[in-house]
Amino acid sequence: MEPERTEDIYGLGAEFDSIHKLMAAAMELSKLGYTQWEVYSPFPIHGIAHVRRLGKSKVSLFSLVGGLIGLTIALVMVTAISAPRPSFFKEVLSSHLQGLFYPLVVQGKPYLGFQAFVPVLIEMTILFASFSTVIGVLFFNRMPSPYKSVWNWERLSQKAMDDRFFLVVENADPHFSEDKTKLILKQLGAQAVVSIRR
Amino acid sequence: MIGKFGLEKNLSEEKKALLLKQLERPPLVLNKRNYGWLTEAICSIVEKPAKLEWWIAFLLSFLLSLLLPLTIVYFISTGLGVWGLNSPVFWGLAILNFVFWIEIGHAGTLISAILLLTRQKWRNSVNRAAEAMTIFSVLCAAVFPLFHIGRQWMFWYLVPVPESYAVWQNFRAALLWDEFAVGTYFTVSCLFWYFGLIPDIAVLRDRAEKGWKKRLYHILCWGWSGSATEWHHYELGYLCLGGIATILVVSVASVVSTDFATTVLPGWHETIFPPDFITGAIFSGFAMIATLLIPLRTLYPQLKDVITPKHIDNMARIMLATGSMVGYSYIIELFVAWYSANVYEKYLFLNRIFGPYAIAYFLMFGFNVFLPQLFWWRKIRSSPWAVFCISILINVGMWSERFVIVVTALSRDFLPGSWRMYYPTWVDIGLFVGTVGFFFMLFLLFTRFFPVISISEVKTLVYEMERKEYDLKKGTLYGA
Repeated sequence: MEPERTEDIYGLGAEFDSIHKLMAAAMELSKLGYTQWEVYSPFPIHGIAHVRRLGKSKVSLFSLVGGLIGLTIALVMVTAISAPRPSFFKEVLSSHLQGLFYPLVVQGKPYLGFQAFVPVLIEMTILFASFSTVIGVLFFNRMPSPYKSVWNWERLSQKAMDDRFFLVVENADPHFSEDKTKLILKQLGAQAVVSIRR
Repeated sequence: MIGKFGLEKNLSEEKKALLLKQLERPPLVLNKRNYGWLTEAICSIVEKPAKLEWWIAFLLSFLLSLLLPLTIVYFISTGLGVWGLNSPVFWGLAILNFVFWIEIGHAGTLISAILLLTRQKWRNSVNRAAEAMTIFSVLCAAVFPLFHIGRQWMFWYLVPVPESYAVWQNFRAALLWDEFAVGTYFTVSCLFWYFGLIPDIAVLRDRAEKGWKKRLYHILCWGWSGSATEWHHYELGYLCLGGIATILVVSVASVVSTDFATTVLPGWHETIFPPDFITGAIFSGFAMIATLLIPLRTLYPQLKDVITPKHIDNMARIMLATGSMVGYSYIIELFVAWYSANVYEKYLFLNRIFGPYAIAYFLMFGFNVFLPQLFWWRKIRSSPWAVFCISILINVGMWSERFVIVVTALSRDFLPGSWRMYYPTWVDIGLFVGTVGFFFMLFLLFTRFFPVISISEVKTLVYEMERKEYDLKKGTLYGA
């Protein structure tokens, strides 16, 4: 159903049958000064991030920080469990952390045998780094997102992950005008241009 | 030549044809399939009712996997004495099978992570199945140490939980290394697999007709829409996960091998173990993935355009390379045994070759080192069923290698007075056969629930071929 009032429109959707047309359209839109538009495709298109001016993804920062957190937790864990209680704690926190510090003499090894701790430290680093990477991707992509207005366009919701390429110009764009933008998209080679309701 | 052509804008037909020939590589998707065909071909495996062959295979593997609960209930209720373990072989078939399965799992991570980092595009059509193989083989592997500990109900003592009576783990123990390595490996493998599945679950969601299915897939894919922003972050995340998983797979293989290498037993106390285990892992894992994929593409013929002879050829080449590396380390072991002038070490290797378990040594050498040499011939590499048969025998060979490492070394150690032969009982064998059935059953189930081939990643291959063609038509060099 076509929306009637402009406020009800989420944006204009254009369907393309090839990436070349889509890329050309995206570049043209970007040249015209449009900023609030998005491309939907069944696989990553290299180069589109540049046209969309997305900049470098910061997901890798999540991996690094997550790994460091994991390493820190692991270091604290193995130290606090394997070492004898420091005298500092005896004076200040005599009743606290009672459960921690469990020094065991096994095979005459030192309490803090770091060579033997390495496997545990590595694995904890990896465990935390990988989870935080996934969390990073979910965070930047604002997932989970159960509802997105673009899915109001039936065609997009069925074909965007199959074999079609879609370009949606949002109403929020300062250059947005239902008739003008529609015309531009049609000129850029879109097979169909549809108003998507909010 | 190519550089020279790149400078020219308008190429003559002749030069174009020459250039095309030069740049030609075997296509990774055959018959010029388009995106829509790929979606249909891969999703139909999940959506259409299962084939009769699938049901037969499933039933067989299900019946085999029933041995698992049967033997487990039996030996828990009677005690671990029903296993063939006795002094001095306290690490028998159980640990052997653990190493066997975990090493098979490693190749799955290797295919998806290391081949991703090295930009090997042919991985795109086999990585999903390989990752699933990893998860299922790690599950099979976990069965053995879990029950080998004897008091299974006290298993949670391995996990550092702050409990009221404050008994803590010894973090210098190899058992803790294993627990952290295998635990992390399983968790991260599941995460990596699931993360890769997210866009493909969205494909299934878009195609689902029943409301509950659509909703379920929608939840599972976290509301994926395929926008450029999503792909942008997703791709970097996937690359980072690949890098992390690469470190993980090397560390886990090393930890498992260090369990052996940190002891003083001749035959185990070797610095060559970590690299040897990694090459062995790649070797056995590629053999297993060939064992899984070749029947799969026969059962679903549409997959033959995606898992092409080139893929099988590449797998055979890797088996040839890693098999030769494994052979190299066998020879180095022999050399070091002689060169070390250590009587125990020397005796151990003589015992491996001429002793009562010599058959395992010859199976190991024959199937792991000599058999893969057949892959030097293109004819054998290009015959899927030859690769299939060889890959099964390679797995037998790798199982024998674990037998040689674990049992032959343990059964005759320093004191001849304490020597004793080890014979696995039917419980040992039943448990192993049960895991084999369990593994294949899980894989068959997996083919029915999720796309067995990464749809979006194969589409990027199609796109690249399209772009290449487009560029050639326009007369510009590919990628220029």
